[in-house]
Amino acid sequence: MAEHPNEKIPTVVADGVDIVYRVNGTGAGRGSATAALNRIVRRKQTEKASGVRRVHAVKNVSFVAYRGEAIGLIGTNGSGKSTLLKAVAGLLPVENGHIYTDGQPSLLGVNAALMNDLTGERNVHLGGLAMGMSREQVRDRYQEIVDFSGINEKGDFITLPMRTYSSGMAARLRFSIAAAKDHDVLLIDEALATGDRSFQKRSEERIRELRKHAGTVFLVSHNNKSIRDTCDRVLWLERGELRMDGPTEDVLKEYEAFTGDKAPKPKPQPKVAVPS
Amino acid sequence: MSTVLDTPPQPPAPADHDLAALAARHGLTVSGARPSLPEYVRRLWARRHFITAFATAKLTAQYSQAKLGQVWQVMTPLLNAAVYYFIFGVLLGTKHGVPDYIPFLVTGVFIWTFTQSSIMAGTRAISGNLGLVRALHFPRAALPISFCLQQLQQLLFSMAALIVILLCFGVPVSASWLLAFPALVLQFTFNAGVSMIMARWGAKTPDIAQLMPFILRTWMYVSGVMWSLDKLAKNDHLPHIVKVALAANPAAVYIDLMRFALIDSFHAGQLPHHVWPLAVGWALVAGVGGFIYFWKAEETYGRG
Repeated sequence: MAEHPNEKIPTVVADGVDIVYRVNGTGAGRGSATAALNRIVRRKQTEKASGVRRVHAVKNVSFVAYRGEAIGLIGTNGSGKSTLLKAVAGLLPVENGHIYTDGQPSLLGVNAALMNDLTGERNVHLGGLAMGMSREQVRDRYQEIVDFSGINEKGDFITLPMRTYSSGMAARLRFSIAAAKDHDVLLIDEALATGDRSFQKRSEERIRELRKHAGTVFLVSHNNKSIRDTCDRVLWLERGELRMDGPTEDVLKEYEAFTGDKAPKPKPQPKVAVPS
Repeated sequence: MSTVLDTPPQPPAPADHDLAALAARHGLTVSGARPSLPEYVRRLWARRHFITAFATAKLTAQYSQAKLGQVWQVMTPLLNAAVYYFIFGVLLGTKHGVPDYIPFLVTGVFIWTFTQSSIMAGTRAISGNLGLVRALHFPRAALPISFCLQQLQQLLFSMAALIVILLCFGVPVSASWLLAFPALVLQFTFNAGVSMIMARWGAKTPDIAQLMPFILRTWMYVSGVMWSLDKLAKNDHLPHIVKVALAANPAAVYIDLMRFALIDSFHAGQLPHHVWPLAVGWALVAGVGGFIYFWKAEETYGRG
């Protein structure tokens, strides 16, 4: 097939993706100790009988994302949005099918690399290095990150351990570190609504900026307004299946009818994306 | 159940005719695939600052809540040595026949602790940091290596304490102290290799972390940490092969090398035969083998 000059360039291709979690020790009816023993002794046995539960989180999902698109992922809780996002990032193996990507997609989030017992300053360095920035890049961006987080607006807090921060302050610092790097394919899991109103405005601004630099952006959110503001295409997942894929307005209309939420209001306390 | 699945015929309509071909045409690669070994080494090298920063951060965070703070870095190994001295030196009298028993014991305890905690930390390197593994991209070998580096830093604090102990007990400073450096490098390579093997096992079966303390304790008792292995040489009940195996076991090799380097009354005759080739051999086998073994399962870490 010849390449058309203005053919859209795909950045992420998901081809019949299935993702299955296996959970140990759910004890299928029997005492979990016997189940565990069984599991060890009879390896080849069907997983169900040996007390391993299979959770089919994503079922046969296919889509193609193109350069320059911002794609929202919606669906009720537990519908597989975050799981799909992690698989696109290459952090969760797929059971069947393939995910092809252009370069290395990155999740926006460094929470796991940060340590509460260390000062904000050291966490900025650690988080930057964990995301794959060089020491020089971290040093160059350091002031920018601290200023953006606004941690030092009320005094010299950046030299205090992170455990002394209020949850809002810690969330702001985490977002600031995560957003300091430019990405080819950017995956955002509910990162928009942290901190107070003025910080939210700043972070939305920053997300738009990241979008400009990134080839493709995926956004998981329960906040239909932020999906409308940032995305031009939406994938709707329900029970792990791709229920709809189309322009934001069309999909959101169906989704709002499905959830019975005619006048969507932003959730006051959005789910925190803890990767565990 | 998907009644609404009437995807409008618009641009991103997933062309069902071979998405794989589309991906291939645009040079897309499989997300999260395992890189080749040279590429893996290159990426790991690119992350070296993260590895050291992570190790130092872990070490600093360890005692940051304690009032005495970083003093515990030195206090903990000293207290450990005191406990072993009390039990094995005073109560059981293992010290009879070993000159400079306290330096002998403390060196053994510190060097052993380095291997022991590296392996323990390695076992939990992946299974205890799933959050990190599932959130960020980096060669996973960075984790076990970083934990071993943390233990090495810990050991350097202990070595500072050890030098004070040596001087207090009148062990003379000598040029052979410099041998401590190559010995440590070899031991670190060995530890890192074993940690990577344990990290892969521990990632698949977290239960191993429960089992390891028992294995490690057995290993400690047979490695001559608190007693001199050459006492066994005079024991006629043990078959020769067992004596050789005990003396050639890597923990004993590294412990005896360090004693030989630091304590002047510990003479070369007490070392196992071919001690340097053994030390290098163990380091190479464990280091290279462990690294390759770990890399082989790179893409599976963080599943489930």
